[in-house]
Amino acid sequence: MIKPSMPKSWRVDTKPHKFCPGCGHGLVLKALGQAIDELDIQDRVVFGCDIGCSLLAWDFFNVDTVQTHHGRTNPVMTGIKRANPDLICIGYMGDGGGYAIGSQHLVNAATRNEKITVILVNNAQYGMTGGQMAPTTLPGMKTETTPYGRDVDSTGYPCQGPEMVAAITREGAYVARATVVKPVPLKNYIKKAIQNQMEGNGFSFVECLSACPTNWRTNNVETINFVENEMTKYYHVGEIKVPPPKEPLKVKTWTKIPAMEVQKNG
Amino acid sequence: MSEKPIKGEKRVFLTGNEVVAWAAVAAEADIMFGYPITPQNEIMHYWTRMAPRFNKRFLQTEDEISAGFTTNGGVLAGLKAFTATAGPGNTLMQEPISMAEMMRLPVVTIVQQRGGPSSATVIYSQQEVTLTTHGGNGEGMRVVYSTASHQELYDYTIKAFNTAWKYRFPTFVLGDGYQAKMREPLTIYDPEERGIEVVPSYKFIGGAGKPGVDRPPVQLRNIYNMEEELLEVLEEQFAEFGKISPDVAECEYFGCEDAEIVVTAHGVVARGAKSAVKELREHGLKVGYFRPITLRPLAVKELRDIFSKAKKVLVAESANGQLDQLLKYAAYGLTTEMVSLFKPGVGINSEDIYDKVKTMLEN
Repeated sequence: MIKPSMPKSWRVDTKPHKFCPGCGHGLVLKALGQAIDELDIQDRVVFGCDIGCSLLAWDFFNVDTVQTHHGRTNPVMTGIKRANPDLICIGYMGDGGGYAIGSQHLVNAATRNEKITVILVNNAQYGMTGGQMAPTTLPGMKTETTPYGRDVDSTGYPCQGPEMVAAITREGAYVARATVVKPVPLKNYIKKAIQNQMEGNGFSFVECLSACPTNWRTNNVETINFVENEMTKYYHVGEIKVPPPKEPLKVKTWTKIPAMEVQKNG
Repeated sequence: MSEKPIKGEKRVFLTGNEVVAWAAVAAEADIMFGYPITPQNEIMHYWTRMAPRFNKRFLQTEDEISAGFTTNGGVLAGLKAFTATAGPGNTLMQEPISMAEMMRLPVVTIVQQRGGPSSATVIYSQQEVTLTTHGGNGEGMRVVYSTASHQELYDYTIKAFNTAWKYRFPTFVLGDGYQAKMREPLTIYDPEERGIEVVPSYKFIGGAGKPGVDRPPVQLRNIYNMEEELLEVLEEQFAEFGKISPDVAECEYFGCEDAEIVVTAHGVVARGAKSAVKELREHGLKVGYFRPITLRPLAVKELRDIFSKAKKVLVAESANGQLDQLLKYAAYGLTTEMVSLFKPGVGINSEDIYDKVKTMLEN
């Protein structure tokens, strides 16, 4: 029997994990585990998880972990990082924790360019509490508190988190939006966001578009379709802010053109 | 190595907030997180002025919620972290304190009480007793020292750090706006030269070794799946708190052996009570004085012993019965009459108490 490959930094004894079938958290946490492995930083990472579905990750990794309060992971990570800058602090939260109840902490941690990494999972609603409207709920999307669909006239438009973070951070910050349907860039953005903290450049933030089939009441195809085609109408995936290179980008020029190339082109 | 802040002893004339900053330095606090609110601001002002000289750190956060949670983070990383607040700030501070309670984090908080409810006054009150002793959605697993003078602000701020790190319960120094802003003479000292052990801090997370390989990972949570799981955690906390309570609880009293009336007050009001009782005693009147220094845990044994011998107890406080409630709970079953002198948000001086006792004796 083929066993699923797990990142080395995962705690095997707490698997299978506690998230619902089809949940995006497992994919984001896999990407994070791979990034931790590749950077070989398991002994330096402090993982902080918020309240909401993200709290279920409290025993997910073989790294020191603190479960905080709803929205308060950023200040806890800030306090730890300020007290011991050798640690690599990774805050993990949902859209409610980051953009609603903890928005003042996200804004101020970003403004101060705190040397922490924040991974925010955007599944367009509140999962743990049973599917209420979140700041990220899409216009027209049905949730438990918008049963007729989100009306933008009375509840506003979806929160553009990474764009906001990019706008308020200084140079050195790293901001990206990834999606669970593209696991390779997801891992690369998370890895870069951790490296950016390790290099001491500034605040590092990755929003991950994710899925909640339980509360969306979607099947496999509909779930993927929603993340891939509906969410991306409002949320553009890609790197939004990268720190400027420390040295000028060097361009490689050929002094000698290989004979084969000349032949092919000619 | 930074220079030793206080060598030997020094007689000084300082405001209470300045005293707290000096005491925190003397207690070897490492980092302060704070948000401006009157009347505690100068604690931050003096701390930040001293910080570079003594290799201390500071972060001004976006609000008290953040100040409390960053303090929790600082403690988790192994530093003696503290914060200071008042009034509506204390209300917000209760959320991070409840996390500190759940995880048994030795967080130190200085509270300089102001008027309440709401923003009320920036001046003075004793209206944060209930909030500080039993705030948050928990069971009040914290130690609260109520100071009455600048000397005590110094002594008990040092003690608060030691108590917190020795017993792992969040610890408060409960002052007030009068103590914060007044200037008084006191002696500041190096605690170790007086034989006071400065309890060292230690790391909760980020220790040596690779988690899962060299050691198990440290994974701290504040949410549990089952009712029984939570109960087990809480019962252990209650047992531990009960065990340490006799060592932590402090009070002072005099003239209670033959007293008909025992005047009870805490904090700065106890100073008025003390001088009133001395004066009444000088007039040959049988009046005693009792002051709880720790409001949580209370010195229940002494309290019950003293209250049971008196005919009447006069409770004086600048709140509408917040201390009174704690005392009555501790004195349950005694038949001693409890009389009140409550002035919520307003100062009480020795004349107020003297006159009240005289009236009680005449009736």
